[in-house]
Amino acid sequence: MKYVALVYYDEATMQKLSQQQWDALNQECIACGDSLRERNSMLGGQALQPTTIATTLRVRSGQVEITDGPFAETKEQLAGFYLLDVKDLNEAIHVASKIPPARYGSIEIRPVRELQTTDNQHR
Amino acid sequence: MNKDNTRVTNEAVKNKLAAIYRDEGRRIYATLIRLLGDFELAEEALHDAFSVALTNWQSEGIPSKPANWLVSTGRFKAIDQLRRQHRHNEIVAQLANDSVEETVITDESALSTTVKDQLINDDQLRLIFTCCHPAIDIKVQVALTLREVCGLTTEEIASAFLTSVSTMAQRIVRGKQKIRDANIPFQLPSKEELESRVEAVLSVIYLVYNEGYSASVGDSVTRSELTVEAIRLARLLQSLVADTEITGLLALMLLNGSRHNARTNKDGDIIILAEQDRSLWDQALIQEGIALVQSATAKSEYGFYTIQAAIAAVHAQASDANNTDWEQILAWYSLLLHVAPSPVIELNRTVAVAMHHGPEAALVLVEQLLQQKVMQKYHLCYATYAEFLTRVGRKKEARAALEHALTLTKQIPEQRILKRKLAAL
Repeated sequence: MKYVALVYYDEATMQKLSQQQWDALNQECIACGDSLRERNSMLGGQALQPTTIATTLRVRSGQVEITDGPFAETKEQLAGFYLLDVKDLNEAIHVASKIPPARYGSIEIRPVRELQTTDNQHR
Repeated sequence: MNKDNTRVTNEAVKNKLAAIYRDEGRRIYATLIRLLGDFELAEEALHDAFSVALTNWQSEGIPSKPANWLVSTGRFKAIDQLRRQHRHNEIVAQLANDSVEETVITDESALSTTVKDQLINDDQLRLIFTCCHPAIDIKVQVALTLREVCGLTTEEIASAFLTSVSTMAQRIVRGKQKIRDANIPFQLPSKEELESRVEAVLSVIYLVYNEGYSASVGDSVTRSELTVEAIRLARLLQSLVADTEITGLLALMLLNGSRHNARTNKDGDIIILAEQDRSLWDQALIQEGIALVQSATAKSEYGFYTIQAAIAAVHAQASDANNTDWEQILAWYSLLLHVAPSPVIELNRTVAVAMHHGPEAALVLVEQLLQQKVMQKYHLCYATYAEFLTRVGRKKEARAALEHALTLTKQIPEQRILKRKLAAL
């Protein structure tokens, strides 16, 4: 059986962590991923950049509508995810606009963030 | 004597550099952004290049292609600086400049080749499209465009938009962060995207223009700077991209601008079109605007901005309100409502209806508009209603409408106009 485990937290709370605490948490995440992969329990996963970097996309009447910021429609629920490998945001928008439910709901596009042992991007 | 010579050269170099900075500074900057892939780095490189030129050109002479020289020097300086940072703290430099490092490494191979034709206008266009990317909040797009493309200072933009410098600085930082972290490419849009991306740029230009044009408060000097920048941007865009709506927007801004000296009284209150002294209208702007409207409407496809410009052009050609071709204006309004349906445009149209068919016909239309919730909150809808009621002699109702309009606006100049109308009843 395959499951998706989605990670949520309050960005404002996380920003209050010191760089040291933040790096320590990132190291824990790297270790967690390593051990899950060793047990063949994890197929993949990514940390994400903060919501300030998000772009939300909808397709209505054949037109692609793009807004700055994260998905904010409380009436809609998470239905799936795609992990894209493209060269930049323009290509990501182009690809995401082809995702069929974009016509009904919203697609939030967020760059992934590579976990590092130190100096993780923190703001 | 030698000293004198040096001083003349000194002066010549300074003047030359000042002229280059004024005329080509933003183009050089745009090219540096493309080469270095980073706003901050490009800005430092730009300043470094100019300060190196100041000393170097005195001894070596002014190069034959000064702008190209500045681009090469700026780039070398930036790479040099990255190398130094790299040596000082290898890990920090590598992490902090990941994307930059990539650019620099690919650039290394080209280091010995001279910078040729890099000052193509495309770089400035790339910069405009990047700053006006739809994935960036519109307010941030406006701030970024004025800062990066037009070269206004953060202080100037903040004062023009009546916000604090720190708010504006934050907005600009946010924009640059989004461009960097979301990886918005410094690139021209593809053919399929071009139209919608141009539309986004036009929205930014029009916002900048209106902010300067409709200024009723604030420092009017910095704010009128915005209309100048908007027109400059539209001209630049027009010279680089073939799109009818660019021509239309430029025409609209020129035609609206032609009325600048006639549209306010001594107290800074707005004088409506019908009551303006038309001898104060700028005929040179009108002629240019009309010619642009003619060329845009001759095309098979035009839209929102061109149609509004066409309406402005009809007004510009009339000696007074009574001698205006209202029938033609009504025809343009029908087209405008088809392209961009909006109750505010419908309200504007009622003014033309009143002039062409009489106030009774216009009254019916305004009453219909007042059924809509948005219009019930819009003071100008009641003010227009009052105007038509007055014209048909229903003064008591006109008074009630004006009094209601007064409760709907907090802007002092708007309230002053309404109060004056009330007193005139």
